[in-house]
Amino acid sequence: MWEIVRANRRRAAVLVGVETLLLAGVGFAFGEALSPGAGLVGLGAGLALALVLFLTGYLAGDRALLALSGARELTPGHHRHQLLNVVEEMKIASGLPVMPRVFIIDDDVPNAFACGRSPRHAAVAVTSGLLKRLNRDELQGVVAHEIGHVVNRDILYMTLVSVMVGAVAILAHVFLRSTLYGGVRMRTQGRRQGGGAQVAFVILAVVLAVLAPIFARLVYLAVSRRREYLADASAAVYTRYPAGLASALEKITSSQGKMARSAPAMAPLYIVPPESRSLAAAGGSGSLWSTHPPTNQRIAILRSIGDGRISYQAYQEAFTRASKQKGLYSEGALAGSRAVEPRAPAPAEKKKKEQKQRLRQVTDLLWQLQGFRFATCACGLKFKVPGSVTRSISCPRCGRPVTESGAGPKDPDSSESAAPAR
Amino acid sequence: MIPALILLGVIGLLCLVGVVIYNSLVRLRNEVKNAWSQIDVQLKRRHDLIPNLVETAKGYMKHEQETLTRITEARNLARGASSVGDASKAESALSSALGQFFVVVENYPDLKANQNFLSLQEELTSTENKIGFARQFYNDQVMRYNTSIQQIPRNIVAGIGGFQAREFFEIKVESEREVPKIDFS
Repeated sequence: MWEIVRANRRRAAVLVGVETLLLAGVGFAFGEALSPGAGLVGLGAGLALALVLFLTGYLAGDRALLALSGARELTPGHHRHQLLNVVEEMKIASGLPVMPRVFIIDDDVPNAFACGRSPRHAAVAVTSGLLKRLNRDELQGVVAHEIGHVVNRDILYMTLVSVMVGAVAILAHVFLRSTLYGGVRMRTQGRRQGGGAQVAFVILAVVLAVLAPIFARLVYLAVSRRREYLADASAAVYTRYPAGLASALEKITSSQGKMARSAPAMAPLYIVPPESRSLAAAGGSGSLWSTHPPTNQRIAILRSIGDGRISYQAYQEAFTRASKQKGLYSEGALAGSRAVEPRAPAPAEKKKKEQKQRLRQVTDLLWQLQGFRFATCACGLKFKVPGSVTRSISCPRCGRPVTESGAGPKDPDSSESAAPAR
Repeated sequence: MIPALILLGVIGLLCLVGVVIYNSLVRLRNEVKNAWSQIDVQLKRRHDLIPNLVETAKGYMKHEQETLTRITEARNLARGASSVGDASKAESALSSALGQFFVVVENYPDLKANQNFLSLQEELTSTENKIGFARQFYNDQVMRYNTSIQQIPRNIVAGIGGFQAREFFEIKVESEREVPKIDFS
């Protein structure tokens, strides 16, 4: 796993370097344009801005992001015990040195993110909508995914990306708006103050007009989809119950909406990127989902590792099966990693399941009268097929090919539960 | 003169290697101890929660005295366990007793509605989970440590320094072995 950590540190360094160069270049050009020979001053200003942004991102990035999303901290002894308990469970499972700080965002849209600069300075934030909709196992899956980001050091990189690049994007955006729409006022003021300042403003506006969308794009380009898969893999191993995260992702995507306070630069941080109008405006059309892999594929992968021992290898195999891509981890990165026994779901759910099962049996009978047949997949999903369909089908949840009921890969538990309906 | 110097150099080098190995073994042993203390904290927490649970449940479960006594007995036995092996057995028994208790609780809707009981149940579920996760972490550390003291040349230093293999901590409960059923609904 150290390979992933190193890669993230390297990326963070590259990011800081590129950002510094860009800002220095812009500063130099701006200075030269203002008055020949002042380029070095502009260069210095650009470097200073880069330094300030880096220091804010590194030292106070987590606080800035948490404040931006309107999160409030949850301290021990608070009435929302369960979240603290679940975070502590995952802290133990992942072997983190200290307990991350826990935050709640008052928003009905279910979502979560992690930030901070190191495992010792990490924070996990979830929305109140998430707490309301998810059961214990699902919440555990989401928290484990976020802790996975913490352990892989994704948080350092993501926090820096969001704060440094995001801040420039926002600054540019704000400045651009005020100069373009407040242009008339500024022109009259500029005439009074002399031509130099006016020219400078115009040039700055033009430069920023070019830079703003580039910076906004940079946030999305900088984010690799791979790290989401890696965090999912960690979550599966930590919780020993991949179905928890899978069903949490199902619930989160099905009730996704616009979050009240989500900055465009923060979208890649969330477990599922929140929809937001400002995000679409900043990133251009079509890039909305590009920071994260398609959620249904993440769900499919998690669902299809649920029937054996759980390990990073098992996740990798499921990943290759579902995405037809190879190599989530490089050779050797998985040496010495462990495989764990799957865990049973929390006992509180069993009763509800029994009730649902009884209802299901009755409805199944009705479907059967309509001429539908049933197919059972190894991932545990049992689904209805119209009698007229004769070709082979693939499971809508995990993507494995399923022939007709019973003929496909058999899972003793589900075929047993299906028996009374037949 | 020169052979003596070479001999001295070799001895010095061996001592240096020995010190490095010894220190790394000490580090590994401390990691195991630290991992065990994490389990221990959670086990103690569970032992502390059980009297409260029994006290709360007593009023509601007049006909289940047997289940409650079994929990208390298992808990007292577990508290007295000294070695890792003993603790494994005693805690397994306690986990089984608690599992049965929570199955029986399903028949007492009044108890299930009790706020005090609900928060105790959440605490116990979480403690149980924490024990499970801490156990995994501990066993990983023990595996690393045990492998390390058995390998050449570390085993020589381990023999001199008195490093002994540690026991794994296992909790065997029937429900843990059960493959999870996944219901899509």
